[in-house]
Amino acid sequence: MKNLLPAWVGAPRLDPVLLFLLLLIIVFGLFVLYSASGQDMDMVNRQLLRLGFGLFILLVISQVPPRVLRAWTPWLYGLGVAMLLATLVLGVGRSTQRWLDFGVLRFQPSELMKLAVPMMVAWYLHPKVLPPTFKATSVTIGILLVPTLLIYRQPDLGTALLVAASGVFTLYLAGLRWRVLFGFAGLAAAAAPVLWMVMKEYQRDRVRTFLNPEADPLGTGWNIIQSKIAVGSGGLTGKGWLNGTQSNLEFIPERHTDFILAVLSEEFGLIGVSLLMLIYMLVIARGLYIASLARDTGSRLLAGALSLTLFVYVLVNGGMVSGVLPVVGVPLPLISYGGTSAVTLLAGFGMMMSIYGHRKFIR
Amino acid sequence: MISYKGQREIKDERDEKRLFETRAWIGFVVIALCILALLGRYVWLQIFAYDRFSTRSETNRVAVHPVAPNRGIIYDRRGRVIADNRPAYRLEIVPENVPGKSSGLDALLDELSTLIVLDEDDREAFHKSRRHYRIFDSVPLKFNLTEREVARFAVNRHRFEGVEVVPYLSRYYPYGELLTHVLGYTGRLDEEDIASVDEGNYRGTRTIGKTGIEQFQEKELHGVSGFERVETNVRGRVLKVLERQDAIPGTDLVLSIDVAVQQAAWDALGDRPGSVVAIDPTDGSVIAMVSKPAYDPNAFVDGISQKAYNDILNAPGRPLFNRALNGGYEPGSTLKPFVGLAGLELGLVTPETRVFSNGKFYIEGYDRPYRDWKDMGHGWVDIRSALEQSVNTYFYKLAMDMGIDRMHDYLAQFGFGSVTGIDVPGEGKGLLPSREWKRTVLEQPWYPGETVIAGIGQGFNVVTPMQLANALAALVNGGKRYAPRLLYATKPAGVERATRVKAPIEMQIPVNDPQDWQTILEGMDRVVNGSRGTARSVAVNAHFRTGGKSGTAQVYQLAANKKDKSKDVAQHLRDHALFIAFAPVDAPRIAIAVIVEHGGGGSKAAAPVARATLDAWLDQELVQELQP
Repeated sequence: MKNLLPAWVGAPRLDPVLLFLLLLIIVFGLFVLYSASGQDMDMVNRQLLRLGFGLFILLVISQVPPRVLRAWTPWLYGLGVAMLLATLVLGVGRSTQRWLDFGVLRFQPSELMKLAVPMMVAWYLHPKVLPPTFKATSVTIGILLVPTLLIYRQPDLGTALLVAASGVFTLYLAGLRWRVLFGFAGLAAAAAPVLWMVMKEYQRDRVRTFLNPEADPLGTGWNIIQSKIAVGSGGLTGKGWLNGTQSNLEFIPERHTDFILAVLSEEFGLIGVSLLMLIYMLVIARGLYIASLARDTGSRLLAGALSLTLFVYVLVNGGMVSGVLPVVGVPLPLISYGGTSAVTLLAGFGMMMSIYGHRKFIR
Repeated sequence: MISYKGQREIKDERDEKRLFETRAWIGFVVIALCILALLGRYVWLQIFAYDRFSTRSETNRVAVHPVAPNRGIIYDRRGRVIADNRPAYRLEIVPENVPGKSSGLDALLDELSTLIVLDEDDREAFHKSRRHYRIFDSVPLKFNLTEREVARFAVNRHRFEGVEVVPYLSRYYPYGELLTHVLGYTGRLDEEDIASVDEGNYRGTRTIGKTGIEQFQEKELHGVSGFERVETNVRGRVLKVLERQDAIPGTDLVLSIDVAVQQAAWDALGDRPGSVVAIDPTDGSVIAMVSKPAYDPNAFVDGISQKAYNDILNAPGRPLFNRALNGGYEPGSTLKPFVGLAGLELGLVTPETRVFSNGKFYIEGYDRPYRDWKDMGHGWVDIRSALEQSVNTYFYKLAMDMGIDRMHDYLAQFGFGSVTGIDVPGEGKGLLPSREWKRTVLEQPWYPGETVIAGIGQGFNVVTPMQLANALAALVNGGKRYAPRLLYATKPAGVERATRVKAPIEMQIPVNDPQDWQTILEGMDRVVNGSRGTARSVAVNAHFRTGGKSGTAQVYQLAANKKDKSKDVAQHLRDHALFIAFAPVDAPRIAIAVIVEHGGGGSKAAAPVARATLDAWLDQELVQELQP
């Protein structure tokens, strides 16, 4: 009987430490969401459903050996790029073309790319000798640049940033030479004025607002100012759960999505924020540890890149809520309300679980 | 590790792993530093800038809403409510909360007008007043909604974001036009009003006293605004009240007006334009102040439309004009008692001094006659009979002997030619002529003939009904000239008993010989009660003894040497009828001035009005005295 099923379907291969940390974040997040939604249990239930679905995906993926995942990678990447092109042509959703409507399911292809790009880079570098040669580096950059530009065109700066970062991290972990790395950094800095030229007006507004939010306190600066007030007024211990006035009185816009960290900071104070950051750091550390246990180069690079990408989420979201980084649409991982991001993240952790489950047992 | 060409083609799993671990460690350290730096930002916000942001979150959350005080109620002397607050509903719009900004506002008004009567005036007033409010303030659109309108709106309320029905107290004047010229009215607070008041105290107030007592006593009536510290959400909706400081209601006022007397005077005037002012000579309080025609002050309370206002403005008889305070009339013979007193007190005549009246008086050297009203004259008359029969010759001669300047100075003591100082705004001064006045104002010399007719209250003399009544009060109370008062008592909020407000004495007129004053009163007594008195009708069936003096104010300047032929001239050219009266004669408790415009002779048209007014006051007093 057992022989009729593929070999990788067996006892769950899960990392209890990572799973525990993730659940910790999820539970904390649901409490914050309950408060941020104005104690809307329906909203919490919907999020719970999505997270449940995400955990199911995690469970499934964790059972798939890294080898199989790698085999799928080019197809997944190709599909992702194709869908990005499709959204460009027939996308739906507000003024931006981010969504693809499949009738029953609305899907954001750019989310897929958050996984597909590091997977693809890892797949490409897997058989290569590391550190990567000039040619390998160039191809890798090509792999990550195509979807990044497509996503940027949507326009979705936040996701483009995350996708690019995941690719760059893979390269970095593959041992890209420091001087090349710094060369790219220098190039990016030099390109900033060019970037400004090609930015959309609303994106420029965000940057302007970020540089001086008080210039337009009721308009574009509102989010940043209200968010900073929420964070600052939380103090060391916070105003207490459900007692955040800035959030309950709806002064914080997007308070259950991108700005949910402001709610958390207001109600749980510096202690709450520090605790959350600590858990994220532990997740990243655990992720890097899993990567170091990986059986092969591709898995190692993938697990490492996914871990480091989580850091980008946290840094960018935390920075924008506290007013040190411009407002770009980056959610707080596993806490911000919304399905796609959570499912993507959990799918990524599923891959890490799989890598952990199929690790080398002999070091 | 020895490196040579070609080695790179061989994948070294262990090297790669080591490379990865180095990179991972470096990466993790950099990440940890970044997260620490981020936490540093939170430490700065939440620890070092905590006070600042805490305050800002508090000011975000808490809004202070003004609580308008209830306006003081106004009572008449007998405790009748004459200005009341009635619960009503008004429609208010917060423009900021209306979807679609300015164009949305117009669409909203269109839709509202299907439920609530909204005319062009309402809309215009709304748009006008909108400019004075901040965008997040609520702006009144329509006052005094009918119950139907309130109900209709309540059902459809969900369709109108930013619109609310707000309960409030609307000013109401139960006696309508009867007391308009006393009370004035309240109206919508406008930009000019705001400049004249303490803005902070009026933040929640929508109306303000525009004229009359309502304007003059605005400070007392308004009260002190309270406030509510409320928690609001980002759209300004109040979620809960954190702290409330109640408003202190305005002071209730008791006016000296007696509505019954006012009504009697009003009715007695009938449909003729005119004015009645009655003052209690013992304390200077105003018992009645009628100006007719008037208008309904209730029309102004919630803002009057331009059309309705024009209707009042252009109505016959100028109802907006307050005759009691601003009507300028020639006093005619009603001035004689004062001129007579001047003669006695200045020693120009004695009570026994007699003058022969043959119907005509001449100034020495001129051949123009100044006539008596009786063609053949009245024969020998002293001051008493000169008053009784209104003998012009006596006063022509007296005026000539006195000269215009001495007459001016003496009469000025009774308040002629200056405001009485009554406690309502906009009082007229009248005119008491003098040589000085004519030279400076008209730049003309004074002619002796002008002195002669000034002696019988004609020529340049102009008095207001209020002046006349107040002068009479001073005459009958022994020279105490009060600044008359409408305000009789005040009852501040929370105080059990009202505090009496006394009229200030403007001047104590010097009395040379009390007998002189008595003589004049006796002369006026004979006007009503003497066998030849000009107003004997006043005494018929009266429960009290009245003194008085009739007068006629020329409207159409007939040649001075011709007799007035009242019956032949058109109504609007007929003389104004005047009558002044006081009663009871031995201890006067009321002094009254009556003017009936175009009424003709004073005793015929004005005296009955005076009698009706006196009855209303004194018979009522009698009744009260009978009931212990």
